[in-house]
Amino acid sequence: MGVQNETIHEFTERRYDAGFVTDVEADCAPPGLNPDIIRFISAKKDEPPWMLDWRMDAYAKWLKMAEPRWAHVTYPPIDYQAISYFAAPKRPEDMPQSLDEVDPKLLETYEKLGVPLHERAALAGVAVDAVFDSVSVATTFKSKLAEAGVIFCSFSEAVREHPELIQKYLASVVPVTDNYFAALNSAVFSDGSFVFIPKGVRCPMELSTYFRINAANTGQFERTLIVAEERSHVSYLEGCTAPMRDENQLHAAVVELVALDDATIKYSTVQNWYPGDEHGVGGIYNFVTKRGRCAGRNSKISWTQVETGSAITWKYPSCILQGDGSVGEFYSVALSNLRQQADTGTKMIHVGKNTSSTIISKGISAGHGSQTYRGGVKILKSAAGARNYTQCDSLLIGDTCIADTVPYIEVKNPTAQLEHEATTSKVSEDQLFYLMQRGLNEEDAVNLIVNGFCKAVFKELPMEFAVEAQKLLEVSLEGAVG
Amino acid sequence: MLSIRDLRVSVDGKEILKGLSLEVEPGTVAAVMGPNGSGKSTLSYVLAGRDGYEVTGGSMTYEGVDLLELSADERARAGIFLAFQYPVEIPGVSNRVFMKAAVNAARRDRGEPELDAYEFIKLLRDKCELVGMDKELVKREVNRGFSGGEKKRNEILQMALLEPKLAILDETDSGLDIDALQAVSGGVNALRTPERAMIVITHYQRLLDHIIPDVVHVLWDGRIVKTGGPELAHKLEERGYDWVKQEVA
Repeated sequence: MGVQNETIHEFTERRYDAGFVTDVEADCAPPGLNPDIIRFISAKKDEPPWMLDWRMDAYAKWLKMAEPRWAHVTYPPIDYQAISYFAAPKRPEDMPQSLDEVDPKLLETYEKLGVPLHERAALAGVAVDAVFDSVSVATTFKSKLAEAGVIFCSFSEAVREHPELIQKYLASVVPVTDNYFAALNSAVFSDGSFVFIPKGVRCPMELSTYFRINAANTGQFERTLIVAEERSHVSYLEGCTAPMRDENQLHAAVVELVALDDATIKYSTVQNWYPGDEHGVGGIYNFVTKRGRCAGRNSKISWTQVETGSAITWKYPSCILQGDGSVGEFYSVALSNLRQQADTGTKMIHVGKNTSSTIISKGISAGHGSQTYRGGVKILKSAAGARNYTQCDSLLIGDTCIADTVPYIEVKNPTAQLEHEATTSKVSEDQLFYLMQRGLNEEDAVNLIVNGFCKAVFKELPMEFAVEAQKLLEVSLEGAVG
Repeated sequence: MLSIRDLRVSVDGKEILKGLSLEVEPGTVAAVMGPNGSGKSTLSYVLAGRDGYEVTGGSMTYEGVDLLELSADERARAGIFLAFQYPVEIPGVSNRVFMKAAVNAARRDRGEPELDAYEFIKLLRDKCELVGMDKELVKREVNRGFSGGEKKRNEILQMALLEPKLAILDETDSGLDIDALQAVSGGVNALRTPERAMIVITHYQRLLDHIIPDVVHVLWDGRIVKTGGPELAHKLEERGYDWVKQEVA
């Protein structure tokens, strides 16, 4: 047991000695993590006993684990006992009463991103009628989904309403002990989404967490589970280009996807959490475990991500290609500006025959940002005829940023075919001058070059999202040159 | 239109232009000929405002404005166009998107409404025809996988779209076979107007058989040392630059 865990253990014990009991009526858990807090969270969510047991088991396992340190990121030690693990959604009287009370910098960003006026209030956490708009929109969508037999609800609701599905699929892709942060999430997850697409159903719309803007405070330890039954199809959109108000520094989410025979899941993310300031102060720590299991034949899971936020990003959306002929895809644009550090990439694990995977990763470093692509392609002995194509490109803007590429390839079947391409380039003075000689100002010139660099990924995003993502990159790159 | 007086320019601390003077009138084509290392490319870059070209003396006045006051993009929007000797590749960016951005940047500056996609495509089609450019090329990424001839023609297409007041053609003939040279020259000639001035920078006379200049200047060791009519180019071709060297000495 590591020193840190010992400390935690000791600390937990001491609290017990003091006869610490959490008030179930309270809106917010006091800082710290111990069995009582987990009971408190579970009780708050009205969970059945099996869910609480599962959390407790995860907690016990977490205590025995150590925080991973292999990623190319540095940050001060996290004091897990200083964090509050549960906060009920704020009461309206505690929220800003109008946009006048919201940080003008945040509003400026909304303006630049072209966020519609009525959405700005909701995003900024203002207690106004605007929020009701999104509630009613969500309700309309919900009935349409119900008609198609699609379940799309909060994770807590799913635990209560569809326990058989949760029990069947929970941790079936990301085991509790998969890693330190996954175990932590399992113990204390706040909420998240559950999606179930029954056999043969093509989900009638893009599913988006955007529709549940009003469900505040679920970001910290989010848990998402998407199950696509045979021949079904779903496209899920997570996050939002507009920065959300968030007071929690540590984020540790878990996302699990399961695709059965001939099912397709497309999961798109835009992550724009607070990156901290130019000195690296503040900013979200984002430790995420995202994994999909192509359990069925010819199933397909596609991850597309545009990551511009967070101070620390530790994230490897992966695919386990179990079913014969299944397909995994990873398309990523990650930007590190200011003092941001990102260690991100993917893992493709080929188990079934004739499985194929594609990895297109575009990393952009600017300012004092640091960016590491970490990829793993594993072809197991059983995966005859497996194919992988990897392309990972890094673009540097300026000369104070860092780009690293760490690809791992492990092949145990001689019939596999793999291609790997990697480039590192700099926005060159030649390119800038060429574009500026045609009348583009420096910022527009850089944006054009960056957009070109990211094109292969942007074209995988749902149309509207692609436009937003482009704008987001532009806003995130402001001040990166000059 | 353009008045360069006693211009001195250093690159990395080394003086390249050593008191260059040049006048260019509207509607004229001025050829600047010179051997390797005489400062031809430096002249084109310093006019276009590239970083790293330090003006240590003299002046450049364009339409009454001190060029040193303007950044590279401001000069471009004020109507100065440089056809590059080595056009630059921009991966992932289509020619069409790039050219639309350039055209609209200039229009914004002039207070004109930006062209929408439809209007721009129409303009592009007309200009492709004018300079004899294959319309398929505009769909490709900027200069990526273009042949030497295609790259140069792409420069001329951009010139046609941006309608500059002063166009500088930096060794536009380099790397072109005779067919490409003819095509590119044809495009340039189609863009000659009574108002537009051009500076054609070249090592060889052969380009000037296709683009007939009004004036020929000889650049030698950072200065214009000789000025004459088109016949000067022929004389240079016959006798070589050594002849000028002897004359100057």
